[in-house]
Order: sequence, then structure tokens, then C-alpha cells
Amino acid sequence: MSEAALETHGLCKSFGALTVASDIDFRLEAGARHALIGPNGAGKTTFVNLVTGALSPSRGRVWLAGEDVTALPQARRVKRGLARTFQINTLFRGLSVLENVALAIGERRGVAGELFRPAGRRSGVVEEAYAALERLGIAEDASRLVRELPYGRQRLVEIAVALGLEPKVLLLDEPAAGVPGTESGIIVETIEGLPAEIAVLIIEHDMDLVFRIARRITVLAQGSVLVEGSPEEIARDPRVREVYLGEREPA
Amino acid sequence: MTTVAEASRSAGASAIEALSRRHRLRLSEALPWVIALACFFAFPGYLALGTHILISILFALSLDLILGYGGIVTLGQAAFFGAGAYTAGILAVHGWTEPLTGLLAAGAVAALLGVVTGLILLRTEGLTLLMLTLVVAEMIREGANKADRWTGGADGLQGISIAPILGLFRFDLYRRTSYFYALAVLFLAWLAVRAIVHSPFGRSLTGIRESITRMHAIGSPVLRRLVTAYAIAAALSGIAGALLAQTEQFVSLEVLSFARSGAVVIMLILGGAGRLYGAFVGVPLYMLAQDQLAEQFPIYWSTGLGLLLIAVALGARGGVLDVWDAALGWLRRSHR
Repeated sequence: MSEAALETHGLCKSFGALTVASDIDFRLEAGARHALIGPNGAGKTTFVNLVTGALSPSRGRVWLAGEDVTALPQARRVKRGLARTFQINTLFRGLSVLENVALAIGERRGVAGELFRPAGRRSGVVEEAYAALERLGIAEDASRLVRELPYGRQRLVEIAVALGLEPKVLLLDEPAAGVPGTESGIIVETIEGLPAEIAVLIIEHDMDLVFRIARRITVLAQGSVLVEGSPEEIARDPRVREVYLGEREPA
Repeated sequence: MTTVAEASRSAGASAIEALSRRHRLRLSEALPWVIALACFFAFPGYLALGTHILISILFALSLDLILGYGGIVTLGQAAFFGAGAYTAGILAVHGWTEPLTGLLAAGAVAALLGVVTGLILLRTEGLTLLMLTLVVAEMIREGANKADRWTGGADGLQGISIAPILGLFRFDLYRRTSYFYALAVLFLAWLAVRAIVHSPFGRSLTGIRESITRMHAIGSPVLRRLVTAYAIAAALSGIAGALLAQTEQFVSLEVLSFARSGAVVIMLILGGAGRLYGAFVGVPLYMLAQDQLAEQFPIYWSTGLGLLLIAVALGARGGVLDVWDAALGWLRRSHR
């Protein structure tokens, strides 16, 4: 087996007596389309926060492309190709869509700390940001402030900002959350259109979306991995039906 | 089909243009300087007040960098103002009377203090940070009070004499030199701050204000950015303090007081924080109102000032500049 894009070993997190992640072994292959599902409170977002470094684990290790990054702060993991989106839009609401993406690109290119050069001049950052918006089909909103956009549109900006980091691993935390059904199609298409070399992990409640995109599924329950397999295996698994799919058949 | 593509291309060009042109100077930006020069000739009897206003604008401008752009609310900015004032004052008392190097030394000491305290404080957020800035400033004030061999303690630092600026311009009784000195330093500081807020660094500060969580997630070294901004703001505050020490030729513990830290926040917010010109509007408005009210109502003047602030807090959260923008927008719409 080749080197995994992302790997965790025995990842644990507890807050006092409350254990929110216990012994999570997880492997995301290069170029994967992998979904992480589980009922509310299963620890999905905690897992994302542990992987990105927003939380530090009580025990266990995180590897990115074969390198142990457990001790690295969030920003350094981003530099190594780990990007995420947020379950609840976490954008620069008072800035334009274009600038939201430009800030991410500036950080990636390492020019964001420069003090005495006008941000818009000669860097190519703004042009690259605009091209990224064009690829996602939201270029017409480039000059609008994020807070003026409908929520579903903002979900696309979330993805655009993450892509601006040129990630090797992309964690999408409920990309379709809060998006009306009519608009979620665009999100699905956007995710399907992501470059094949990016390893994508989707945390999602929407089973239609999961079964449409994921080629591998991990089910999390009460902070630990219940089962992992192909979509067919997961759909057939009686334990999964019990904890999760009980009231709803997959499409 | 081609027209749609063309339209979207030109929309793209204009979006890119808007970002890449933002740093260019506009004619209206000359206004503060024209007014400052006009005031020199129009009110020759008020140059002492004018000098104070210019110094306070510099102080508020430095605060704008971290409060308006970085989103850090602090109640301890006077720590840096005072550190600069005492540095310049103590140097002068001990024979270092050259003013420009005195200013630079004051800026350097304040910046150092900014780095040291910033590295500790800026790991916290919100109310904790607010309280810590207050605590640090109070500690420094008490330290200055106790170190009376150096600072003169509660009696103030006396016996400051300053050599002529560049060996040419002697500080005069009418405060003409003081006024121009403060104006020139403010102008240079404004150029620097203006360049910084339009730089990639300045935009990333705005990003931190808008969403610190997102800044972490795009790989930004948030703490380093904040400490850098904090140190630059501290240096400029220190220079403002040094200007006061040199032009007044006296330093009292008031330069480190909570009242000064609080007033500068109020003046900046009154004008409009995070817009570069809030300091230029808020400070003169506040200080002139204070001056006039104190003259008219020697006992109740602070009530008048309080009412003014309540009006701004209720009716114009973005400060006077925000009201101005709204009025301009309304005029433009009604003319169409």
C-alpha cells in the first residue's frame, strides 16, 4: 500500500471525564473520496479539529503524507497541504468574496506578511483568486461582501478559500449544511469537480450526497470507529442501520 | 453568448481593479493636512491646544492599527504613550537634548515593551485580553510612581530642556515650532500607517478582525502578526508620548493613566475605527468639545461630553465617518 495522505493512530480526546474521541485509527488514501458519517455527537467535528490541530489530542498521533504532525500548530499543517471548510460558515464577512480567497492565496504563497507593498499590486494573488472564483462559477460575486451573499453561495466561498490553499488533503465539514435542497446540487457538482489528486474527506449528514460522492465510508459512533467499508458494505451493515440509518434508507 | 462572457470578463477586471487600486491616494486625503495648515494661520493663539490635538491624533492613529484593523480592544495603550514620554523626558533630563533621536529612542523602548507584553497578552482574547491590557498599564504606572528617582514620581519629571530641532528650530513660547514638529511627525506616521493598512500584512490584520478562526485555518501565523502590529502601534504611541514630553518639557504620571487609555479608545470610536481617518475626525471633535464645554460649563462639562458619546453610541455605531458615508450615499441616490 502506498503512503496515506492522512493517517491517525489511536487518536483520543477527553474533556475531564467526557471522552469525545477514543482510539481512532483512520487512513485517508491519496486522491480518496472518503466520507465520515455518524449520528449527532459521534465526534465527527472533534475528529476534524484534532486532525487540523485546532484541538490537541489527549493521546495518539496524526500523520500527513507520512510525516508526524501531531506536535505542529494549525498553521504549519496548513502549509503542508491540509485545508478544511467549516460546518458553519467561517469567512471574512465584511470583506469581498475576491479578498476572502486572496487572503488564503497570499498566505499560501508566503507574501501575506509583507509590510510596505500595496496588497493589490504586482503579486498575481488577486488574479489567481479571481481565476479560482471563475472555476467555481461564482466570479460574478467577486466584488460583493460575503455577508451580502445567500448562505448557499457562502458555502461555495468556503470551498473556494480552502482550494486557494492548494491542499493535498481537503476536509469538508458538512459542506451542504444549511443549504436549501434546490441549491445543494451545485455543492455536489463542485465537490465532484474537485481535482482528482486532492484527497477529500467529507463529513456529512446528507446521505444522498455521501452515497453519490464517497467511494469509502467510515462510521463514527460515540467517539470511536464503528465500521469502515465501501458504500455498499456500509448500506448493508446491520450495526450501521441500528445506530444511524435506522429511520432512513440510503438512496 | 460572447456578450455574457465579455460582461463577466469586464466584471472580473473591475473586481480586480478595485482591489489593486485601493491604495492609491485620493484628493480628499489631502484635506486633514490642508486644515491643519490653515488652522496654524487662522488660530495663532490656540497652537498649544492644536499641538495637543495633533499628538492625540497620532496616539489614536496608532490605536487604530490594532483596534480598528486588528480588532484587539485594549484599555492599556497609555502604557506605551507613557513609556515613550518618560524615555524622551529622562533622556533630556540627563543631557540628551537632541529631539529627533529622543523620539526614535522613545519609539524603540515602547516597541520593545509592546513585543514583550504582546507575546504574553495576545495569546488571550476578548474580555481576558481587555483586562490584561488594563492590568499591565496599571502596573507600569505604579512602577513609574515608585521609581521616583528616575521619573519624579507624583511630582512629575521636571527640568527637561530640548535642543532646537535639526539645530535650527528653537521651541518658542507661541508653540509655533511645537505645532509644526507634531504635524510633521504625524504626517510621516500617517504615511507609514497608510502603507501598512494597504499592505498584505494590513489586509491579514483585517482578516484577523473578521475571523480569527478562519485565519488559523488558512495557515496564518496569527500570534506573530498580532505581536508585530502591537509593537508597531506601541512604537507610534511611544513617539506620540515623546512628542508631548518634548513640547511640554514636563512629564506627569497622567501619561500612563487609565483615563488616557480610555479617552483614546473613545476618541477613535467617535471618529470611526478601522478607517484610517477616524483619528483625524474623532480626536479634534472630542478635544474641541471638551475645551469648549469646559469653558462654558466649568463644572458640568463632562456631562455634555457624556451626552455626545451616548448619541454616537446609540445613533452611529461606526462613528462620525460612518454617518458621513451614509449621508453621501443618500445624497447620491436622491440626485439620480
